[in-house]
Amino acid sequence: MTDQLLQVSNLVTTYKTVYGSIRALDGIDLSIVEGESVALVGESGSGKSTLGLSIVKLLPLNCQYSAGEIVLEGRSIVPLTNSEMRNIRGRVVFMIFQDPLNSLNPVKKIGPQVLEALHVRYRREGKSLDDAEGELIDALKDVRIPDPRVILERFPHQLSGGQIQRVIIAMGLLMKPKLLIADEPTSAIDVTLQAQILKLLNVLKKEHNMSLIFITHDISVAYTVADKIGVMYAGKLVEVGPSDEVIMSPSHPYTKGLISSLPSGNKKQGRLKSIQGTPASVLNPPPGCRYHPRCPFIMEICRTTEPALVPIRKSTVACWLYSNESAKQIDDNIPGQSNVAY
Amino acid sequence: MSNILTEAREVSKYFPASKHGAIEVLLRKDPLWVKAVDHVSLQISSHEILALVGESGAGKTTLGRLFSTLEIPTNGEIMFMGEKLNRKNAPKIRRKIQMVFQNPLESLDPRLSVRDIVLEPLGHSNLNRQEKEDRLAYSLMAVGLDPLEFASRRPRDLSGGQRQRVAIARAIVSNPKFVVLDEPTSALDASIQAQVLNLLVDLFEDRDYTYLLITHNIAVARFISDRIAVMYAGRIVEIGPSEDIMTDAKHPYTQALLKSVPSLGTKEVEGPEGETPSLLNPPPGCRFHPRCPYAMEVCKTTEPNLVPVGNTSVACWLFGKESR
Repeated sequence: MTDQLLQVSNLVTTYKTVYGSIRALDGIDLSIVEGESVALVGESGSGKSTLGLSIVKLLPLNCQYSAGEIVLEGRSIVPLTNSEMRNIRGRVVFMIFQDPLNSLNPVKKIGPQVLEALHVRYRREGKSLDDAEGELIDALKDVRIPDPRVILERFPHQLSGGQIQRVIIAMGLLMKPKLLIADEPTSAIDVTLQAQILKLLNVLKKEHNMSLIFITHDISVAYTVADKIGVMYAGKLVEVGPSDEVIMSPSHPYTKGLISSLPSGNKKQGRLKSIQGTPASVLNPPPGCRYHPRCPFIMEICRTTEPALVPIRKSTVACWLYSNESAKQIDDNIPGQSNVAY
Repeated sequence: MSNILTEAREVSKYFPASKHGAIEVLLRKDPLWVKAVDHVSLQISSHEILALVGESGAGKTTLGRLFSTLEIPTNGEIMFMGEKLNRKNAPKIRRKIQMVFQNPLESLDPRLSVRDIVLEPLGHSNLNRQEKEDRLAYSLMAVGLDPLEFASRRPRDLSGGQRQRVAIARAIVSNPKFVVLDEPTSALDASIQAQVLNLLVDLFEDRDYTYLLITHNIAVARFISDRIAVMYAGRIVEIGPSEDIMTDAKHPYTQALLKSVPSLGTKEVEGPEGETPSLLNPPPGCRFHPRCPYAMEVCKTTEPNLVPVGNTSVACWLFGKESR
């Protein structure tokens, strides 16, 4: 019996900028049970990183929670203070950030900083700190760091970007949180190393029943790593479902577009079916369905009204194509911008 | 038979990795070299797209820079249109070569307008103002940007995809023969990457260009290229028609590389064992041998050369003896 670990309900977060207020997240609903891995897939401006930061309450100072709720292990975390969150971070939830270089203290050697994090867990578990270094070395070996003892004596600037990212991933794995949030953890490293790390994450998930939120722009990586995929666009979750269903039978036109944009085969077989236009601006999102300017299945209602979330098989989709209300309109549908073939 | 446009002949590029001044010489210390490219021979035919594939440290960017004359080989020679590249003819040869880089934010001068950026390669030409404006308009339209809208803008006003289109416009404005593209779409969102790849193919098919595309993304290489060359630790380990490499890879490294690429066809990825090799001190013999599941005795001592096997060429002792 798996328990509900995380429940995000109607989450709205707003950035205050010189250009105006930006709703980076506009009504997000997401739930994760123990041992489940979810990939958040989206392009620039989709809000996927902001969603990760919201869950660990590490949003930048100019960003605030405007509406909605985040319930982690049965506890509502939005109203918690920083010191209350410090108890939760590391133990319940741990985040690996997108820019690995900013995650390490540049004036401390690697060893002491990572051990510091590990000691937090050891103290919590009441273990002797003597074993910490051994476990650290093993973890560094797991992420394929050669000569871990040498690395412990180095400073962050002496390591390559890929090595730093591996150290951060090792740190995340060492913390053994219930929920690990990883924001593009493998984008700066080689594909062969990425394969090793994805495998490692899978092992951890199985052995420790660890839940994982894996944030990525690469839908192929999402498919490999996750049980469930959530596709984000301009601050909205447009499709969520089991990864097999989202990939094999995508419902939302954006998901279909993302999948068919992937380079496959050779140019002799034809051009890539790309999505026309550019990702929507979150500063001034299009009215109605945010995807409508790029959607080949556009209908009148899409221009004016935001689509409701509709269940389809085991997924949820936010698209008027699938809503009963718009069924009547489908017959009169004139496909929009026709350069894109799906 | 298509003719050879440019060629690398036993080219090596070593970068100094240690200080080697008077004291080191007196103490008889050996200098340390990063052997970024080590004895590579590669021919690129006219009007072909060759993709150079490999991971970081494989040497593909350095090889690309050698072909675009931004680096001088430590050993060996680069030939371009039958001429051996040297100091004297480099300026003339360079006019026929252009490069598109990975990060358009870094490769476009933020203080210049799109017009100035795109026209920069024509600086030394004897075109007059009107001819340059015509070329500018033509190049911008060719990459899908409206000259009236974009010519006066600055890079900071453009999206990533638009910047990369400007970089491509700049590369084509002088009608080059050879374009070296170093990870041209890696920094772009997936949907934009598809647009830019389509654009690159359209431009290629309309004109007499030859592309050398450097990428770590195998799917991109497969889509756009006619031939793929796989690099590992400064050497080419396998080269052949793209489809043959993708569907019938022969070198153990190529096979391992393909298995580690996530795709929508499978939920499994598998990385090769071991570490990426040091370029200061590459493993003796075949550089892949410490990680190779098929390593034999000869692999540990002698470097294999590229030998033809069917449609492809492979540098691997699994095939070396057979084809003698």
